[in-house]
Amino acid sequence: MSALTDKYKELLDAANASGITDLQTAETDGVLHISGTAPNADVKNKLWDTYGKIDPNFLTGDVVLDIDVSTAVAGAKVKVTTHETALNIRKGPGTDQPIVGKAAKDSIITLVGKANDQWWLVRTEDGAEGYSYAQYLTPQ
Amino acid sequence: MIAKKLMPALFISGLGIFSLSACKHKPTDAEIQTTVQTAIANYTGISAEVKDGIVTLSGSVSSADDKANIETAVNGLKDKGIKSLTDNISVAPPPPAPTLALSPDDSLTAAVKDATKDFPGISATVSGGVITVTGEVEKSRILTLKQALDALHPKKTNLSAVKVK
Repeated sequence: MSALTDKYKELLDAANASGITDLQTAETDGVLHISGTAPNADVKNKLWDTYGKIDPNFLTGDVVLDIDVSTAVAGAKVKVTTHETALNIRKGPGTDQPIVGKAAKDSIITLVGKANDQWWLVRTEDGAEGYSYAQYLTPQ
Repeated sequence: MIAKKLMPALFISGLGIFSLSACKHKPTDAEIQTTVQTAIANYTGISAEVKDGIVTLSGSVSSADDKANIETAVNGLKDKGIKSLTDNISVAPPPPAPTLALSPDDSLTAAVKDATKDFPGISATVSGGVITVTGEVEKSRILTLKQALDALHPKKTNLSAVKVK
């Protein structure tokens, strides 16, 4: 057991115990990479809570935690979890793409598909369709 | 009184009977096999064969240490009827460490630009797969920032220079 896996034992134990599929851990150049797919957003959030307790504000940078959520599939409902403002819906996957609509904070919209891990194709209640940044979309 | 005097004698003769019976019983090959298998139960993929008290171990382990530990464990059972030990266990090299699918710098730089668009107080650079962030961010938003950056498959997300407000 390395010093890193020892430091993050609680996080690794939680990842192992919470039904993460394709769980992968690898240590490279002093950084512990943990990735996998959580059964729901709650499991993912709990893992991040555990990580944040061990390394407050994530300032040490000795972990890269990359957890997807398996319920984020085409047709699923996702909640807009922006900080304050509405979420931009863009013509294509990229912030250089023109904005074609907005989705209000806390509104529930439909996930139509994924261009990649970061850019998801979404549709709002009133029919606006385009790409939004996945970090601000929480699967329900 | 008599009972008290007899006690040690009874005790000694009892011991005699017990040790006599232990001496008399010679473990069979099947019993030796059970003993050996119990002793090496922690190691998967190792089998033990016993013939006329001679134990032959075969199988594969991932390190020379494991092989030595198994030998030591079985040699420690010599008083259980084992005459000799033949160790045919092979040591297989450990499987290669999983390779990380890291993003190349140019695609990572573009992705970091998208991910940090809504964080006006910070700037981020990419070099050798490492994202280095400087500037200020609200405490309530550092989680969002870190999640967004870690999802881009960097080698490292360095937030050590970030001032958390």
